[in-house]
Amino acid sequence: MLRGLLPALSLALVLIAIAWLNPRAISYFGFNLMLNLAIPIALATIAQMFVIAGNELDLSIGTFVGFVGCVTATWLRDAPLIGILVLLGSIGVYALLGALIHLRNLPSIVVTLGMSFVWQGLAILILPKPGGKAPDWLLATMSFKPPYIPFPILAALLIAVVVHFGLMRTSYGVILRGSGGNAAALRRAGWSLLRTKIVLFALTGLFGVLSGMALIGITTSADANIGNGYTLLSIAGVILGGGEFVGGRVSPVGAVIGALTLALAASPLLTFMHIPPDWQVAANGAILIIVLAARVLISRRER
Amino acid sequence: MKKLLVLSALAAMLVSGTALADTSGKKIAFSNNYAGNSWRQAMLDSYGIVTKKAVEDKVVAAADVFTTADKEVPTQAAQVQNLILQGYDAIVINAASPDALNGAIKQACDANIVVVSFDGTVTEPCAYRVVVDFKDMGKQEVEQMAKFQPKGGNLLEIRGLAGTSIDDAIHAGILEGVAAHPEFKIVGSVTGDWDQTTAQKAVATILPSLPDVVGIVDQGGDGYGAAQAFAAAGKPRPTIIMGNRQDELKWWKEQKEKDGYKTWSASIAPGVSTLAFWVAQQVLDGRKDIPHDLLVPYLAFTQDDFEAALPKIKEGGVATHEYTQEDAIAAIKANIKQ
Repeated sequence: MLRGLLPALSLALVLIAIAWLNPRAISYFGFNLMLNLAIPIALATIAQMFVIAGNELDLSIGTFVGFVGCVTATWLRDAPLIGILVLLGSIGVYALLGALIHLRNLPSIVVTLGMSFVWQGLAILILPKPGGKAPDWLLATMSFKPPYIPFPILAALLIAVVVHFGLMRTSYGVILRGSGGNAAALRRAGWSLLRTKIVLFALTGLFGVLSGMALIGITTSADANIGNGYTLLSIAGVILGGGEFVGGRVSPVGAVIGALTLALAASPLLTFMHIPPDWQVAANGAILIIVLAARVLISRRER
Repeated sequence: MKKLLVLSALAAMLVSGTALADTSGKKIAFSNNYAGNSWRQAMLDSYGIVTKKAVEDKVVAAADVFTTADKEVPTQAAQVQNLILQGYDAIVINAASPDALNGAIKQACDANIVVVSFDGTVTEPCAYRVVVDFKDMGKQEVEQMAKFQPKGGNLLEIRGLAGTSIDDAIHAGILEGVAAHPEFKIVGSVTGDWDQTTAQKAVATILPSLPDVVGIVDQGGDGYGAAQAFAAAGKPRPTIIMGNRQDELKWWKEQKEKDGYKTWSASIAPGVSTLAFWVAQQVLDGRKDIPHDLLVPYLAFTQDDFEAALPKIKEGGVATHEYTQEDAIAAIKANIKQ
């Protein structure tokens, strides 16, 4: 019970701290500013969650987001058809990676680490110098201001609900999680493990693409290194949100909340605390460790 | 409330004619994306010294520094957004990317916040840019080289961090200089990343394949490493342009004492951060005539004055120049004239 509530609890804690440090941040305008960069992080976290559900890890998601960003800021604007084809193709590459990892029984950490350099290289080829511009429709979408509820919160809810329904409430979602929980049982029951792995990796690719597009919609222009920090953030977000590295135990709602918590704890909280510049870098890491350690401690006590 | 303040400030200006708005209640934040090398440390030191005094003298209410944990663009974009929420009146920024922060910068401008970028500048038109004329610095290197090596000859070029606007600009200036001085020929080019160790390795690797070299044109932070590589290879010491680092000037002094070695040294002063601070203060003060692109001179040392500067530089540091308010006003004036 506590385990399920923990992600929400840590988010509430961070929000209370922010409200105490800087009351004016708790407003429509404030949430818009603090959370809009959390949307791409939440999408990248969901992407990471799919591979983790299959007992794998994706170390290339950060550079992949950067690659998608570069495609979005160049081809998707100037030649939409090519842009869409390239993005669909990159999802296809993810699906093939899933197949390769399953068929050759390769460790996903090694394959995706290799791919992270491939994506980075491609991103630099497309955009050797920072620049480009997001398509207008994407800029308009990301700066959408709905009445009463800030857009980032609406978007986070939408992502959480859609993925929760797809992965936790449908029968194929159960199979997907089962491939991480008990692969042998699934195989004996006649399910194709190759197919589940391909589907999981393709979903990772899909949400990676969404993450890159959302990011460029906010920053307005791209940089080949723009997503590099997302690899670690996405893994931390999944774990913070109640997921486990093995056993197909993941929670989409938790992952989204975990991503929001990390986004808030890493930057706004730190800025509002007025920590001297020499200590800011270390404090950032310390907050990450404290938040994750609290989660591990509490879930261990439950067992 | 804020609008009321702005309006009353405007009204006060109208009534009193030339009197400027008071900035003693204004808060200026510094968003910095990286603190991990000697240049950036010197930049933060200079900024700290000047702003501490400005706060004590009640010129501004606060001048806080915020450094991001990584060199990532999204982290700094989030940081800028948080500074908007904190209610700062101006943001001085050394940006991680010239373009990718424009979204956040625009949000700051829309919230009536003055944004001044320097070193790593941003392209968003609403922000101010304090730019050092790196291209002229590169050109000047060849001009100086022509004085020391009037007969001309082969040059080795050491480049900086690939893909940055600074490396591009200095390189373009050097090419322009060589075009104007056909007696020089660039016979080799290596990447030194503005770092002595990297430069030393790179130069040592290319040395055996090079013809005799009379001079080295570089970008600063690489001169001492190049000198070490030549010494290790037992090759005659060429004229190496220096980049204001303490180890470089110290080596130059040693060589000068030994046999009257001559060269020239130039680099961007880390204290340009303090100029950006004063520009922000001046804009907050109500000045409307400040151009959005401010060109400032680089800091150069010649044979005659480098020894006087050397003792003032910290061990392992960089020569710097801290701007006072008067310096800044003079620099702005020089730019308006152009």
